Amino acid sequence: MAKLRQCAIYGKGGIGKSTTTQNLVAALAEAGKKVLIIGCDPKADSTRLILHSKAQTTVMHLAAEAGSVEDLELEDVLSVGYGGIKCVESGGPEPGVGCAGRGVITAINFLEEEGAYDEDLDFVFYDVLGDVVCGGFAMPIRENKAQEIYIVCSGEMMAMYAANNISKGILKYANSGSVRLAGLICNSRNTDREDELIEALASRLGTQMIHFVPRDNVVQHAEIRRMTVIEYDPKARQADEYRALARKVVENKKFVIPSPLEMEDLEDLLMEFGIMEAENEAIVGKTAAELAAEAA
Amino acid sequence: MQDVENIKPCYPLFRNDEYKVTLKNKREQFEENPGADKVAETFAWTTSQEYQELNFKREALTINPAKACQPLGSALCGLGFHKSLVYIHGSQGCVAYFRTYFNRHFKEPIAFIADSMTEDAAVFGGQKNVHEGLANASRLYGAEMIAMSTTCMAEVIGDDLNAFINNAKKEGNIDNDFPVPFAHTPSFVGSHITGWDNMEEGILRYFTLNEMEGKKVGSNGKINIVPGFETYLGNYRVIKRMLSEMDVDYTFLCDPEEVLDTPADGEFRMYAGGTTIPEVKDAPNAITTILLQPQSLEKTRKFVEGTWNHEVPKITIPIGVSATDEFLMAVSLATGKPISESLTTERGRLVDMMTDSHAWLHGKKMAIYGDPDFVYGMVGFMLELGIEPTHIVCNNGSKRWAKAMDKLLEGSPYGIHGKTYPGCDLWHLRSLCFTDKPDFLIGNSYGKFIQRDTLHKGKAFEVPLIRIGFPIFDRHHLHRMTTLGYEGAMYILTTLVNAVLERLDDETRSMGMTDYNYDLVR
Repeated sequence: MAKLRQCAIYGKGGIGKSTTTQNLVAALAEAGKKVLIIGCDPKADSTRLILHSKAQTTVMHLAAEAGSVEDLELEDVLSVGYGGIKCVESGGPEPGVGCAGRGVITAINFLEEEGAYDEDLDFVFYDVLGDVVCGGFAMPIRENKAQEIYIVCSGEMMAMYAANNISKGILKYANSGSVRLAGLICNSRNTDREDELIEALASRLGTQMIHFVPRDNVVQHAEIRRMTVIEYDPKARQADEYRALARKVVENKKFVIPSPLEMEDLEDLLMEFGIMEAENEAIVGKTAAELAAEAA
Repeated sequence: MQDVENIKPCYPLFRNDEYKVTLKNKREQFEENPGADKVAETFAWTTSQEYQELNFKREALTINPAKACQPLGSALCGLGFHKSLVYIHGSQGCVAYFRTYFNRHFKEPIAFIADSMTEDAAVFGGQKNVHEGLANASRLYGAEMIAMSTTCMAEVIGDDLNAFINNAKKEGNIDNDFPVPFAHTPSFVGSHITGWDNMEEGILRYFTLNEMEGKKVGSNGKINIVPGFETYLGNYRVIKRMLSEMDVDYTFLCDPEEVLDTPADGEFRMYAGGTTIPEVKDAPNAITTILLQPQSLEKTRKFVEGTWNHEVPKITIPIGVSATDEFLMAVSLATGKPISESLTTERGRLVDMMTDSHAWLHGKKMAIYGDPDFVYGMVGFMLELGIEPTHIVCNNGSKRWAKAMDKLLEGSPYGIHGKTYPGCDLWHLRSLCFTDKPDFLIGNSYGKFIQRDTLHKGKAFEVPLIRIGFPIFDRHHLHRMTTLGYEGAMYILTTLVNAVLERLDDETRSMGMTDYNYDLVR
């Protein structure tokens, strides 16, 4: 048996982490890999395309109903979808209350104790909410969990800020453990010179852009049907893109301790690609009236 | 007022008239007392069947759970290793509570370290506390290992002990080779027995996981004993004695017997006895590992079976005759050593004692509460004695525990009145003691309030408490007694039968009324 590879997918909110993860995982399953997806996001939308469901019932929801996590069995929380992909959603509180990070910790501990990481698995994918905002959302990158981190980003400024921040988070754990940055996945927003920009950011971080996923409406068409592109239209060009990504992930050997950029260096890079304009120190803090007076 | 010539403690001091007046005034003027009638009426209502039904519908509230939280257990486990310093990462109030809890039970000084997380640590993560804490603790107290666990504060924010400890070593806060085994012990999951199990597994894992090469099951000729959350010091001693009498070499994997029972000879011992690190490292070479509280040691069992490849004997906690037989036979089977003549004689003495007392114990109804293994073992022995267990409450008992209990009860005619209540608390038990009165209640000190409440309804309703369990705060030195093995069964039997006789004397002491049965000989 090949060693189980555990991967976590991070990235700015709304960047397309869940869609990319599910399409990637579907492509892996198509290629005969046994995969488990663990959604680490209170929204619980990390498995809907695999299961064709609105939202899978989550570990925390079931735990709240049963009274405690100890009363749950593995089969209560684990569903199997397209291509035999196993799916679990950690779940979490309603917006504005409780602690979502703790939900992630509780769910992952539960899965470990109940033996969800069985020997047949080739891959575990953690689809993690947004940024590494607190200790709970760093759970997947702790020792003995995900060793490979993929960051989904695009050529937009905030997506790149987030990628850099996530690298900082990884660095904290990489020094004491075996977690490594495995690459950036560019989920295209059709911005100018996007591929070059992400390549440049990747090389600054010491990693690679593992794949450039072009924008294609078929992704949305599939999503409306709660399906991955791989399943909805296996002949689509976009399906081949996800297959290419999957192949690269399987073959990936470039696992690094990232070298995050200082804020100024990141801004320089963005300016170089014309995403951000150079700041004019002379106008900072001046009102329209003052500027008009100066101009006059 | 106190009189210097006749200093009184709070009881009976507050029975003096001036205090009676003060307390009465306070009640009338400030306490919005609804009046004695209303209090009596409400009290009577809480003793009714109607109230019990409401009580058992409780969903969100636990009253007197008869369990403690995980780090209390991890702390006791950490104490049982040689020169091991218990270090709890989290808020210091929790740790003060653990210290006093053990102080009050063992009447001993208890040294636990807290790294006192405060609000900034809750926001920024507790890594800085761990770094400074390890730096100070490893230099100040002459420890040879630090057993680290967590309170819920550190757990809610997701602090990662493994990363923090490694970083502390990298940054030179603590020597690279200073052992710091650890366990995550969130208070809001499980109970003290879970915490004990987690810490034990953490320690065994830390010292053996990456050193399994060259290890061979049986090569050191010993057996390992995992005591679990064990607070009767005599239990450590009796297991050692029985094994010695069988000429079996053993390693206790956690042995706080000495550090919890240090002599007053003018020298303070922060550490005493305990399992040494070389012993832990050698433990995989043992013939097998015996878990004395198998229902509470799931994680340890998995590790011992999975990593050490030990075949863990399927036995129950050795309380009572047959469970002790089972234990000794398992030891004999594993080691090939026969059960010694001395133990056979000891067993015979126990059976003799049981027949001497059985007339007094036969058919007595007793309720019991406590940890799953303890309750299981005690009920087993009660059935052997002809006692009828009635309400069996175990707040930290699982469904699996309840199933095993039911099977045990079904196997004996004395089990017919026994009903198991996993997840229930002492307030549930209080209702049960009013509506279906047992003759006695067995458990820790907290049961004394059920005795008080039932007595308040009237002498005929009183359910006397027999103190066996943990914690026992209000009686001295009971923690030094023994509950395991034949010797432990003798202690339990003695305690139970004398409680019955004590009570009988109490009820027949009335001159000219009941003293026709106030007998000299029982």
